[in-house]
Amino acid sequence: MLEVALRHRFSGFALDAAFDSPGVGVTALFGPSGCGKSTILAAVAGLLRPEAGRVVLGGEMLLDTARGVAVAPERRRCGVVFQDARLFPHLTVENNLRYGLRRAPRGAAGPGFGEVVELLGLGALLGRRPLGLSGGERQRVALGRALLARPRLLLMDEPLAALDAARRGEVLPFLARLRDAAGLPILYVTHALDEVDALADRLVLLEAGRVLAAGPLEALAARADLPALARRRDAGALIACTVVEQDGVRGLTRLGFEGGELVVAQRPGLSVGARLRLRLRARDVAVALEAPRSLSMHNILGARLEAIVPAGEAEVMLRLRIGPTAVLARVTRDSVGRLGLAPGMAVFALVKSIAFDHAGAA
Amino acid sequence: MVLSPEEWEAVRLSLAVAGRSVLVSLLPAVLVAWVLARGHFPGRMLLDALVHLPLVVPPVVVGWGLLMLFGVRGPIGGPLNDWFGVRLVFTTEGAALATAVMSFPLIVRSVRLGLEGLDPGLEAAARTLGAGPADRFLTVTLPLMSPGILAGAVTAFAAGLGEFGAVITFASNIPGETQTLPLAIYSATQSPGGEAMAARLALVSFSLALAGLLLAELLGRRLGRWLGRP
Repeated sequence: MLEVALRHRFSGFALDAAFDSPGVGVTALFGPSGCGKSTILAAVAGLLRPEAGRVVLGGEMLLDTARGVAVAPERRRCGVVFQDARLFPHLTVENNLRYGLRRAPRGAAGPGFGEVVELLGLGALLGRRPLGLSGGERQRVALGRALLARPRLLLMDEPLAALDAARRGEVLPFLARLRDAAGLPILYVTHALDEVDALADRLVLLEAGRVLAAGPLEALAARADLPALARRRDAGALIACTVVEQDGVRGLTRLGFEGGELVVAQRPGLSVGARLRLRLRARDVAVALEAPRSLSMHNILGARLEAIVPAGEAEVMLRLRIGPTAVLARVTRDSVGRLGLAPGMAVFALVKSIAFDHAGAA
Repeated sequence: MVLSPEEWEAVRLSLAVAGRSVLVSLLPAVLVAWVLARGHFPGRMLLDALVHLPLVVPPVVVGWGLLMLFGVRGPIGGPLNDWFGVRLVFTTEGAALATAVMSFPLIVRSVRLGLEGLDPGLEAAARTLGAGPADRFLTVTLPLMSPGILAGAVTAFAAGLGEFGAVITFASNIPGETQTLPLAIYSATQSPGGEAMAARLALVSFSLALAGLLLAELLGRRLGRWLGRP
């Protein structure tokens, strides 16, 4: 359990944020640049002393300005992965990895050196110097180094932001593996929604130094009233699914979720019963009053229109319920008028089978 | 080119004086550079100016100042002489002290430049990995600033071979004791028929300085590669 409450002022910027993060799993601090998320991370790590605040980790007070408590960063045991890796240039990859391990308290639990090298695929890099590594490799070494310091909490400050798309794709699966292997609470700062989808269990939504909303990711993703999320082009509900059938002949995968089923273009490599999380982007969901026929779309789902929320000048966000599952649809204001849409109406949600982003194993 | 025994003596003395001066001033110079680069305290600018004084004050004035402080009647030289029997004026040690004061700012500047170019993020990373202050200084800061220290030391050594004004004022011009290369050259030019000796010693002086600078460059590159720089 991590409790954070901070107040801090910079020139032209005030941070006043509080949130809790229960136990193991990834809590994403999400928001635009300059919203204060990296400042929060630095304060939790102890690298920044806020004007006022409290940080409690697993019952131990790391910071309490009211009582004058401020544990030094080197004794907080919070592993940090920085955006720029910050590997020690004069040490080999192996000695970088061992730097934290050598200084970890005796008896501190955590994966061993060989295990981490295996997990992050670092075996071939051990004798090399950081300068010769690619950005993705550097970030993987930084992950290993932080994990090997046997921390009680992992802090990740936009670890993929400095990488190009290809490198991000290379490192992201390692991050997911590390999350599953570490068994630690992780605070993950990012402004990339796909990283949130792939990794996060909980979301703390930040804007201009304040917490807009906090909670389980799926619950927040289904809310149409959070402009920071809903205004984005890639906004949409996150749906927890289970693989029901793999139809190799037709090239389709059938997924079950609470309240219905989705047919998507086949995702090889998933066995029946596997669980995954899909982001159903609001702009990929259309709405009809009658079930259309002779349509290329596979997914025609009966739904109830719950709410209509303005989203920009000409568009609105519709919140639909399919059984207990919430889905968002982005349509033009004109469509609302044309169809006479009103909350409470029964509608059909239409979804193309190729509309899904794979958000990672849930 | 063959040097006479007296000429060899001047070369040997120059090397000894410059070497000792670097030994004496290196540690304080690193400390002062550290304080100037990282410290925030009132009087920092004043300390900065004081450290750099030998670069702008006439060397003779530095020598005179040392004479006032470290002379056998001086506030520091007096007790040193009375209590420990240590006399600095007119000795090789005195020549080394005068040279050390003159080259001190060279080392400070070089070390400080190295320190300021060091990414403080690396030290922050070491902190989060559990390294306390002394630990991270020894394992991160010091190795990364070592090129600056090395460059400063070699430059100071090369410059120290040729220190004239402060040495002659404080330690005088005693063959075999304080007569270093530049003093020997000066004496040679002042004595009739000394032109050949002056030329030989000038050539030696020139060669040593050049070798020193080349060595500094070479070692700096080696060290840079060891530190993982391109």
